[in-house]
Amino acid sequence: MIISIASGKGGTGKTTIAVNLALSLKNIQFLDCDVEEPNAHIFLKPHIISEEKAVIPVPEVDESKCTYCGKCREVCAYHAIAVLPESDGKKGSVLIFPHLCHGCGACGLLCPEGAIKEVNKEIGAIEIGDKDSIQFVHGRLNIGEAMSPPLIRQVKEYINATRTVIIDAPPGTSCPVITAVKGSDFCVLVTEPTPFGLNDLILAVEVLRKLKIPFGVVINRADIGDGKVEDYCRQENIPILMSIPFNKEIAVSYSEGVPIVEEDISYQDKFINLYLNICGLKNEANSRH
Amino acid sequence: MKQIVVISGKGGTGKTVIAGSFASLAKNKVMVDCDVDAADLHLLLHPAVKERHEFRSGQTAVIDKKLCKKCGKCVSVCRFGAIKPDFSIESFSCEGCGLCGYICPYGAICMEENIAGEWFVSDTKYGFFVHAKLGIAEENSGKLVAKIRQVAKELAEKQSLDYVIIDGPPGIGCPVIASLSGADCALIVTEPTLSGLHDAERVMEVAKHFNIPVKLVVNKYDLNQTMTGKIEAFCRERDVPVIGKIAFDKTVVRALVEGKTIIEYAECAAGDEVRKIWEELR
Repeated sequence: MIISIASGKGGTGKTTIAVNLALSLKNIQFLDCDVEEPNAHIFLKPHIISEEKAVIPVPEVDESKCTYCGKCREVCAYHAIAVLPESDGKKGSVLIFPHLCHGCGACGLLCPEGAIKEVNKEIGAIEIGDKDSIQFVHGRLNIGEAMSPPLIRQVKEYINATRTVIIDAPPGTSCPVITAVKGSDFCVLVTEPTPFGLNDLILAVEVLRKLKIPFGVVINRADIGDGKVEDYCRQENIPILMSIPFNKEIAVSYSEGVPIVEEDISYQDKFINLYLNICGLKNEANSRH
Repeated sequence: MKQIVVISGKGGTGKTVIAGSFASLAKNKVMVDCDVDAADLHLLLHPAVKERHEFRSGQTAVIDKKLCKKCGKCVSVCRFGAIKPDFSIESFSCEGCGLCGYICPYGAICMEENIAGEWFVSDTKYGFFVHAKLGIAEENSGKLVAKIRQVAKELAEKQSLDYVIIDGPPGIGCPVIASLSGADCALIVTEPTLSGLHDAERVMEVAKHFNIPVKLVVNKYDLNQTMTGKIEAFCRERDVPVIGKIAFDKTVVRALVEGKTIIEYAECAAGDEVRKIWEELR
């Protein structure tokens, strides 16, 4: 089973939930798909066994074959190619803007001269390791690199279906989140009971409904703010899987990279319950289809 | 005219609360919410929308079932896994490259323009506010950010305003880069945690990569003073000025629940510190 942990608003506790869930269960694979700002390793402190470069294919032009016809420029939907034709006996040239390239492969496939091949451009790194029995994989996007979805897809290629897979997703509601949660059997949305938390929860719920992924809500710092997140969940028939009150000790150990279950072992049962809750809801969703 | 962008790397460190307070403190400015996929600043500024525009960006493939012979050529070339086994398009996976349309031997695929969201110019009691809403599960948030930044800048120039104040998104990817580009100063808001430091460091490097001067604020600094000390030492090494330390203050959440900026809600320690920060920044 693949469980992703997401939220519209950042800083609500996605990584906390993901890490503590992983530490409370057996036979786990943990994927940190927040490749812009990966944090799970701070808490899990995995032993990294190998590192691989994450790459995307970008075009390279063989100018000995190129006739500067402009077909590649014409088909590139991302304006990542400019072609200067030959003029007054001066040689033409092709300019590639790799940071705009989505790696779709259209230019290479459609070049009439077969003058374009793809070369790998590094966009980040993937590290693979373990923490006791937990298998750990995370991606780290290079500084200045704009596009995280290709790296997220590459992290997800490591999914080990024989294990319970926990995916720590990035915040927001756009392409990085969708790439991270797509294909999950269940998604846990973490929020806080404030107007910002509610506003962004509503957006995240719309995303999951569009993706047709069953989901439930965890309310973190449940005793700050107001009761409107709970009201909303009741009205929309969204299960509240768990509530965690604000606790200064938990906040301090978080700040030092110590997971809740290591600070207070009684939380382990609460996270096992969260998992059982998820299994129940997932089976319910399956039997409805 | 000065463009100031508030960013953090890590989400939930207090960007919007601080940007919202600047709305109460700064005169002659336009406010911009660049966190277009989870925008919250409107919950403090209560805008009256004056202009509403569609944001058209990118395309999505559409397969004409009558012409499609299910030959599978499109499936074999699509690198985004956007063509489902029944030969329909999974629109949230399609990145609009159009390759399937070029390759289809039966001319069964055409590209349709996306309406990827909306953007607005609004009036608030704090002055102009430019904001946006990315469509659910849409992409190109970087382009939408660039669009509203441009609209805000033009508005500021036309009205001879002194500041464009930008509430940025979390992370370091495309919407963050679009929020930073061309700004005069980036204010990084972080918290005294290992995650906060780790993420602030990465976003600081991004700002440096694009040559944007950086200042830093530690929010809830008293939650872990040792960690706050580490962040200050880290900033000293990199010549990044720490221009404020805001104590954990329950008034902040109460103001939020009331939909008010902390400056307006009540006299409080957090508000006093944000006043000082604005004086340093302006």
